[in-house]
Amino acid sequence: MWNKKNLYTGISLILFIIFIYWADNNLDPYKMRILILCGIYVILALSLNLVNGFTGLFSLGTAGFMAVGAYTCALLTMSPEMKEMAFFLEPLIWPLNQIQIPFLPALIISGLVSAVIGFLIAFPVLRLKGDYLAIATLGFSEILRVVIINAQSITNGALGLKGIPKYTTVYWSWGLALLTIYLMVNLINSSYGRALRAIREDETAAQVMGINLFYHKITAFTISAFLAGIGGALQGNLIRTVDPTMYVFQLTFQILLIVVLGGIGSITGSVIAAVIITVLMEALRVVESPMTIGPLHIPGISGMRMVVFSLLLMVVILFYQQGFMGQREFSWDWLSRKGRDNEQTIGS
Amino acid sequence: MLKVKDLNIRYGGIHAVRGISFEVSEGEIVAMIGANGAGKSSTLRAICGLVKPEKGSSINFLGKDLTSAETNQIVRQGITMVPEGRRVFPDLTVRENLILGSYFRKDPQGIKEDMDWVYEIFPRLKERREQLAGTLSGGEQQMLALGRALMSRPKLLMMDEPSLGLAPILVKEIFEILKDIHKQGVTMLLIEQNARMALQLAHYGYVLETGSIILEGTGEELAISEMVKKAYLGE
Repeated sequence: MWNKKNLYTGISLILFIIFIYWADNNLDPYKMRILILCGIYVILALSLNLVNGFTGLFSLGTAGFMAVGAYTCALLTMSPEMKEMAFFLEPLIWPLNQIQIPFLPALIISGLVSAVIGFLIAFPVLRLKGDYLAIATLGFSEILRVVIINAQSITNGALGLKGIPKYTTVYWSWGLALLTIYLMVNLINSSYGRALRAIREDETAAQVMGINLFYHKITAFTISAFLAGIGGALQGNLIRTVDPTMYVFQLTFQILLIVVLGGIGSITGSVIAAVIITVLMEALRVVESPMTIGPLHIPGISGMRMVVFSLLLMVVILFYQQGFMGQREFSWDWLSRKGRDNEQTIGS
Repeated sequence: MLKVKDLNIRYGGIHAVRGISFEVSEGEIVAMIGANGAGKSSTLRAICGLVKPEKGSSINFLGKDLTSAETNQIVRQGITMVPEGRRVFPDLTVRENLILGSYFRKDPQGIKEDMDWVYEIFPRLKERREQLAGTLSGGEQQMLALGRALMSRPKLLMMDEPSLGLAPILVKEIFEILKDIHKQGVTMLLIEQNARMALQLAHYGYVLETGSIILEGTGEELAISEMVKKAYLGE
């Protein structure tokens, strides 16, 4: 049975890789970009779900960590000539102005820098709980943005960075997304992951089981910051430009939306919702274009998409609090059980 | 085994526990009875390191000073608490709850044996091992909380109101099980409002009132004492 499940997983993985390969060769660049973004949002949603869903810490710092990742990766992968052109107000400090390294090490360093900052932030903020923690992490995310605006000689301030090499391909984004899913599944089912979920359910009870609360919270927060940094870096090297206005609260909100819609505490839910929301984000551009319905002419309103998403979120919170998946996870057993149930209903 | 001396606990301005001293010897069941707010729970929480006692307090377990130790260190020394109101992890399965009980242990073989032991004591938990703990009945949750505590193979098991919110028949069942567990060599410190049950089970008992011990003695002595009869047994 166990082997059969592995076989199924292997087959779906191969089918998915074939799909990616097919997409890479047949889809137009616009659709490809959406597909790549889906992978990036899977990583970001899992990053946020690790702290919000599995550890029960209501954190809203994702945008800040993404900014750190994106800027680090951009500065490491841009060519020295490009940097010289971009930093015309104040030159970039040494040694950053000389460095150019390949994408993979740059990605890893981006994740690590973000993780270090996450670790440092975790010390003061993780003493807080609930709403206070949310406000504190949100505050730190804004502080990071303000630092980026003002650290002219490192980040180029409000001008942002342009001409970042476009390294992010569908293989990078989905390859790392699959790796993240694999790691998360293993993490959550390990003894460490069980401890995180125990902390989410009841801190006191978890403590008297011998679980060190602070250690677990800090590592979860740091891993989450690492993943957010990687996600930010992938996004930066896809869009090819980063500037401080990208990393406002709305970005965190988008990812929070994915986590809540998918189910707080479900890896499967995050993955499904990340894909759906990313695709909807583009598909719903229709509502922002001018429309003529009969005699009524509606001019295009930018930002309409977010209104639609906010309504969607409200509907989910009101009628379907658990999201698509609740805390359930996909498994082959679950699928075959569903199949059997269907057969039975059809049979009867 | 456990020696508590001059324990003082303050919450802000409230002096919840006022210099109490007591002992639990190996192999004993010790009960602490008293009304709400007498300081029983605070005492257990202080032993576990969940609240910090005042300076001058001393908590000694097996010759080690645990007065200012962290909870996770104290648990590793062999003290486990079943918190008040059961507090199982509702969205985890019964089996996961039990595994968490053995969280800090590093002997897979022993953990497996203890899991079988717990299933033997509570066959109902075995039947429901893949069920979410939140879907269990109150009595079953208390059993799970107890089983989870046993998974740490405690030297001293502390229980905060094991009978709270349970039907009388279940209270009886739980106390039978406690007796059984004690026979298998677990020392216990329990606090209870159900004085009758507690004093029947306990070898030694303490009566707490507004943060002080006002009476102590063997279970039988306390059960026949006029004061206890009047205040806690309703006779």
